[in-house]
Amino acid sequence: MEKEKTKNPNQNSFLFNLLTNRASSMTLAVVFALVFTSLLVWMMKANPISVFQTIITGAFGSTNNFTQVIQAWVPLVLASLGLMFTFTAGLWNIGMEGQIVMGAIFSYGIIRIFDGSDASSALVIILCILAGILGGTLWAFLVGLLKNFGGVNEIFGGLGFNFIADAVMLFLVFGPWKPEGVANGSTKMLDTRFWLPQIEGTYLSLWALGIAIVCVILVTVILQGTYFGLKLKAVGKNNKSSFLLGIHTNRYMLLAFVLCGVLAGLTGALQVLGFNHVLRNNISGGYGYIGLMVGMLANIQPLITAPIAFIFIALSKGAAGLGIDLKLDSNLAGVIQGALVIFVLIMDGVRKVLIKKFKGVQSG
Amino acid sequence: MDVEVRNIHKTFGKVHANNDISLVVKSGEVQGILGENGAGKSTLMKILSGFISLDAGSILLDGKEVTIGSPADSVKFGIGMLHQDPLDFPPLNVLDNLILGSRERMIPNRKKVRQEFVELQKQFDFSISPDAFIDSLSVGERQQLEIIRLLWLGAEVLILDEPTTGISAAQKIQLFAMVRKLSEQGKAILFVSHKLEEVEALCTQVAVFRQGMNVGQMLPPFDNDKLVEMMFGKILTRSDRKCCTQEKVNIEVSDLKIDDPRLPIKNVNFCIQKGEVIGLAGMEGSGQGLLLRALAGIIRPSGGHIWLCEENSSKKDFVGKHYFDFKDSGISFLPADRLDEGLIAGLDLREHFILAEKQKGFFVDAKAAMQLTEKRIKDFNIKGTAENMVESLSGGNQQRAELALLRQPLRLLLLDHPTRGLDIESTLYIWSKLKQRCSEGASIFFVSSDLDEILQYSDRILVFFGGKVSKPLDAGDVSVDQLGQLIGGRGWE
Ligand SMILES: Nc1ncnc2c1ncn2[C@@H]1O[C@H](COP(=O)(O)OP(=O)(O)OP(=O)(O)O)[C@@H](O)[C@H]1O
Ligand SMILES: [Mg+2]
Repeated sequence: MEKEKTKNPNQNSFLFNLLTNRASSMTLAVVFALVFTSLLVWMMKANPISVFQTIITGAFGSTNNFTQVIQAWVPLVLASLGLMFTFTAGLWNIGMEGQIVMGAIFSYGIIRIFDGSDASSALVIILCILAGILGGTLWAFLVGLLKNFGGVNEIFGGLGFNFIADAVMLFLVFGPWKPEGVANGSTKMLDTRFWLPQIEGTYLSLWALGIAIVCVILVTVILQGTYFGLKLKAVGKNNKSSFLLGIHTNRYMLLAFVLCGVLAGLTGALQVLGFNHVLRNNISGGYGYIGLMVGMLANIQPLITAPIAFIFIALSKGAAGLGIDLKLDSNLAGVIQGALVIFVLIMDGVRKVLIKKFKGVQSG
Repeated sequence: MDVEVRNIHKTFGKVHANNDISLVVKSGEVQGILGENGAGKSTLMKILSGFISLDAGSILLDGKEVTIGSPADSVKFGIGMLHQDPLDFPPLNVLDNLILGSRERMIPNRKKVRQEFVELQKQFDFSISPDAFIDSLSVGERQQLEIIRLLWLGAEVLILDEPTTGISAAQKIQLFAMVRKLSEQGKAILFVSHKLEEVEALCTQVAVFRQGMNVGQMLPPFDNDKLVEMMFGKILTRSDRKCCTQEKVNIEVSDLKIDDPRLPIKNVNFCIQKGEVIGLAGMEGSGQGLLLRALAGIIRPSGGHIWLCEENSSKKDFVGKHYFDFKDSGISFLPADRLDEGLIAGLDLREHFILAEKQKGFFVDAKAAMQLTEKRIKDFNIKGTAENMVESLSGGNQQRAELALLRQPLRLLLLDHPTRGLDIESTLYIWSKLKQRCSEGASIFFVSSDLDEILQYSDRILVFFGGKVSKPLDAGDVSVDQLGQLIGGRGWE
């Protein structure tokens, strides 16, 4: 059989089409990931069906659960969108986490300045968001500078700056910004005036949701419809040729970091203003890292980040109930997410190899 | 080993790249394969070496049918291929590269490998140090290394896909001697080329491919006109030498100095007239490439001047300026390594044309870009569509695409092997395009390892030897012999 396949690939065969069509190959990857986790769950002596049931009810079972999913989708999709810029430019911005943290810190700094004043809350909120953007951008810019002028690989630079951002955070929340009397790794809660307005009875802010949706559209347009996006892609694919074609490659790489930082900072600011309402350790929620997974799966198509981020968030929110209901670790969500990434990458690899070998690189 | 392919078919989407190709190459034969760009030569070679799979047909080795599923399979069967575009080498030294490719033993016996390598080299008079790093080797040396590696892996069938396009005349002589020796040893050799004189010198039989089909075979003595007609379906006439040199100076180079650690260049002085074509001759790595890159603004000279002269006889020194300033004043550089420096694998033709044009506004006008692309594809006779990724084009068509990216108007065109890999018809066509640029006032500076091309198209010639640069010679006054002497280092005062 094997021999048959390599020798005379029937390009119309069902299996061949299944594996080389993007949509069906991705669906297959999802199925494999589900089968894989089911096996794992089964080995842990639990019932896979009830696990998935728990996850689904956990994510969509009630209005409350569902709004929480949407709420958490916002920062993840923003982080993933930011990473679209760096991925397009062929860069690994591991420093996303630190950039989100810095965004949160800067944004909370503004709150401290206006705390107790009678400035209009809309103005303060806008200032907070801008400051957050500034913080994230600054942190990303530094990684970019180190890469461009110091020759430091952005992965190491990013890791370093993540540590520094965490250290700054710890210093602030256990030091000067510690609330009176207690030291629990978080600051005083924001005055409700400065919260992003939420829908009655939920934690969901339509403002945050709106910002996320606008960003999805904006990033898609920038990357897919403008000279900037095309040049960024060119730089990511071949730096040398791009330079000889007349593209300021260093400038574009820096810009990729900056734009990624803008979105990271925005994410950080929204984490403070929209969800946590305090500044605390781990405020980034790991979205910088999960965003990398989403980004990898989205394969530099910004529009796709929206549904992928949604699936990821539904999984982790849904899995929160596993510990209580089934005595399983809620980290299972992480396992499913990881399995998804691995299987999608595998299937994509298989698809590309098959296409290259049997159909040639046609287009797209 | 005898190789036979029977009724091979291969399609890429709508393109029928191999259409019922049959061919027999017996042990000891050197089979020439000719054909225009995109005729399907590389496709057949890649099928034989397992890089792509066939749709239908069969491959027989020594009369036995085999299935070649992967490059590793083909190595196992004793087929070795030297690719048209050199595959990426990891940044290792020669010995490690050899060992890495073998995968036979878990723990390599370095001493034995070294010995075998040295012995193989000695057979063919190559002199590559086993400890040299790959990046420090010239294209020609890498090619020698690759052939040695294939032989070391036990190749009985050797496929050479346009092996002479990037190497010097001396390396070509070495290569030919090697091929003859190997065929005496009973290896079967497939030799793909666009140069009739090479095929004539080397091959014991020739096949011509056209639009995916094997349209005819010929045994020596070869009738060149007939071969050309088989390749292109018509007889080609060389255009007459036409000189467009104007009296006006375009660029003046004085006392130029380039500090290259391996090859310092000093005291370069010459003028380029408007409309003039200057050819740079010399063994690969004698300094031509450096001068070309210095004139393009890619490497910075350590001294001297590059004057850009204007109509009103004012002039500006460009030494020390940025590459983009050179580019903006109409100086364009066309690198030899297409997919490494010229084009961007992963982008399609349309995206390339958008990038090469001046940016208008913030948003890309998709429709205008499409029109422009279609026009250029037609103008430059590129076989491919706007949505074709550049890496899917045949070698010659990639070269046409690169030329089609050049902007208008131009002051100076710096070309590194402009017709590398082009078939005869395209070469004529491209040079007619280039000459047209000259008549519009652009000057051309080009490097080529093909002496005939240099003599045919240049008005003046600069010869390079070990970093020394000759005075400009009038192309009409020098012969191939004289040029060969100078290139080899004789006749310099
Ligand atoms: N991987 C691929 N995907 C799509 N089309 C391809 C692919 N490889 C080759 N082709 C197409 O098949 C045809 C034959 O290509 P091939 O590379 O065999 O030509 P060739 O004879 O080697 O030409 P050249 O002299 O220019 O190297 C061309 O039209 C080319 O565009
Ligand atoms: Mg070819």
